[in-house]
Parts: sequence; C-alpha cells; structure tokens
Amino acid sequence: MDEPLVRWDWIARNWDNGGPTSVKVLLENHIVMAFVPVIAGLLIAIPLGLACARYRWLYQPTVGIMNVVYSLPSLALFSILLSVTGLTQTTVIIPLTLFSLAVLIPAVVDGMRSVPDHVRQSAVAMGFQPMRRLTRVELPIAVPVVLAGLRVAAVSSISLVSVGALIGQGGLGYLFIDGWQRQFYTPIVVGIVLVVALALVADLVIIAAQRLLTPWARRRA
Amino acid sequence: MNWLIEFFGSAEYWSGDDAIPLRLLQHLEYSFLAFAIAALIAIPLGLLIGHTGRGAVIVVVSANAARALPTLGLLVLVVLLIGVGTLWPVLIPLIALAIPPILVNTYEGIRGADPDLRDAAYGMGLRGSQVLFRALLPVALPLILLGLRLSAITVVATATVAAYVGLGGLGRYIIDGLATKNYAEVFGGAVLVVLLALAVQTGFTLLNRVIVSPGVRQVR
Repeated sequence: MDEPLVRWDWIARNWDNGGPTSVKVLLENHIVMAFVPVIAGLLIAIPLGLACARYRWLYQPTVGIMNVVYSLPSLALFSILLSVTGLTQTTVIIPLTLFSLAVLIPAVVDGMRSVPDHVRQSAVAMGFQPMRRLTRVELPIAVPVVLAGLRVAAVSSISLVSVGALIGQGGLGYLFIDGWQRQFYTPIVVGIVLVVALALVADLVIIAAQRLLTPWARRRA
Repeated sequence: MNWLIEFFGSAEYWSGDDAIPLRLLQHLEYSFLAFAIAALIAIPLGLLIGHTGRGAVIVVVSANAARALPTLGLLVLVVLLIGVGTLWPVLIPLIALAIPPILVNTYEGIRGADPDLRDAAYGMGLRGSQVLFRALLPVALPLILLGLRLSAITVVATATVAAYVGLGGLGRYIIDGLATKNYAEVFGGAVLVVLLALAVQTGFTLLNRVIVSPGVRQVR
C-alpha cells in the first residue's frame, strides 16, 4: 500500500475549488438534505404524536405502519422516487423524512405518556385551558423524551444522506463514489470523518437545546 | 406500473446470471451470513456484559458512534483497503454494522430486568449462569429480538448498497439499471428489495409470537 490514507494537499486544494464538487459545497448540500427531513419530521410528528396520545386506538396502527416504513432500505426508496421526483434533492429528502417520522412519532407519544397524571390533574385544577395546558405543562415535560428521539433521527439522517450519492444526490457521499472510482483513499476518509463530525455536532446541539429547554432538570442536578 | 410489467415480464431476468431467483438467493446468502456471524458475536457478548456489568460504557458509546458511520463510505474504504476477490471484504463492514443493535439490546434487556427477579432467582439457589439463562434471558427476549430485527433490516438494506462495490444480490438491478439508465430495472429491483424487507419484518413479528413466553408478553 504505497498510497497514504490521507493526502493533506488534496484537502487543501479541494476544500473550496469553486466547482460543484468542492468539499465545502458537498458539505452544505449534505447539511440541507440531512436537516430538512429532521425538521419536517418533527413538525409533522408533533401533531400526529399528540393525536396518537389522545386517541389510543390510533396508536397501534400508526406504530405498525412506522415500523414497516423504518424497515424499507433507503436505496430502494430513493430508486422508486427517482421516477417521480427525478435527480433532485427532494428524492433524498422525502424518504429521510419518512424515516424521521418513524422515530419521532413514537418519541412524541412516549413523551406525552411520561407526563405524570397528577401533574396533568393539577394543571386542570389550576384552571389551565387545554391548549395552554399542552404548551405550558405537558410539552415541556415531554421534551427530554422527544429530544432523545430527535438525536437518533438526526444522527441516522446525516449518515443516510450519503447513500443518495448512488442516485447522484448524496452530499458528502459523492466523495465515496469519487474515491472508489479513482481507487483513492483521501476523499473517502475525508467524507467519513466529516459525516461523523457533523453527526457529533448535531448531537451536541440537541443536548445543549435540551439543557436550555429544561432548566429545572439542571437546577435539581 | 408499465416498468413492473417490463421488468418482471422480461425473459432476461428469469434465466442466466441476472435471474431474479438467483439474485434473491445471493442476497439472502450474504445477508444471512453477515447476520448470523454478527449474532454469534453480539449475543454472547451482550449477555456477558449485561450479567457482569463490565464494559457497559464502551458498548453504549461505540454503538452510538456506529449509528453515525456512513455505510457506503465504510464499504468502499474497507473493500479498497483489503481488495476485492473473496466475499470477506464486503462481509466485514456488513457484520460491523449488524453487531451494535444486537449487542446494545441484549445488554439493555439483561441489565433492565427487574432486580427482584434476579434476587428471587438467586434466593431459590440458582447459580450465576442458571440465573442468566433461566430467569433473565426469557425476560430479555423481546428486547433481544428487537435488536435482531433492527440488525437484520440494516443488513438487508446495506447488502443492497454493497452491490456498488461488486456484490451480487438484488442491489445489482438498482446499480446496473442506474448505470445504463434502464429505469425499469432500477424500479423492479427496488420493489424486490422492499418486498424482501417486508418479509424480514413479518418473519420477526411471527418469531416474536412463537418464542416469547406468554407471561412476558402480557406485561408489555
């Protein structure tokens, strides 16, 4: 093995070379394709999760469907959508949104179930109307459970985007294809390191958000 | 729909190297090999760590890190480093991705068992290994099965991606179809992979009904 694992000069030359495949541009595309699904997933999962927590008969079928969705291989979904949405970022974003939903809906339901009954009753007794009770009492208590789900959704979304490279929209995943075709380690290593680093940063941001959103937990500790 | 008829109706996909039954068998062979090896490593290790409590931190941390690893990048890198030729260069990353879900769930299942149950089993005079296999294992079984299911799903999905680095199996249709812009082949292959994933999912649901003790199931 004469070829070194990392050629630093390649990174320096390709970080921002002005082309569509400079590492910086790929990183930006990667961030868009990874985070849009997570944000969209969260926005859809909150009302759906609340509905499932409120109407118990909805819960089993919803979780069943989400289990099935989660089992579908990403490459297969990308390929099927290719005929509808073409070689665009949407083709990657839609399946990843579905995967996020599969993680986040159960998380929202579990979060709502983690609200102790006596707390809910106290809120009613204090005169909280349903909407205010939801936003001021129940959702804040559900935050840790929901954010635990959000961490899983964000990290897997970031890592799954790269599979999209096989259909031409993979953000940093392009580096894996490039490295494979040229038998050249550096882009592959750079891609793996950046994906893992991005996942780590996202994870830390969510942990920080949790500390901000649940100040009482900090005070107790 | 036309694509499905074109794909499944074409004689090209029913005989020779590209026959659907052959590709399906290959896919099952790789997936099962990787899954079985991963289970043989992860279940005993998970039982040991869960029972003794040693090394738990390493397991949880590395399992979380594994979730962030991009499968395509790992595959491409390992295959380039080891070189193609045998099946092993592709199996190794598949096994590496299959281990964490089984390991973590086995560990959590044993660790999360009711401490009263553990005490009661010791109180009845069972020895360490008997406590593990007769009392804790049945209680942990639903979680262990969940880990096995997640792992099997990961393997089936990743084996599809692995067609890119030269593995056979159903992923070939997707990769080859994309390369030749034959979208009927891409679509047909994707539908086959989805059907296989659904079959795996159903298989585990049924297995859950058969081998989990009715008493444990009722509690959930």
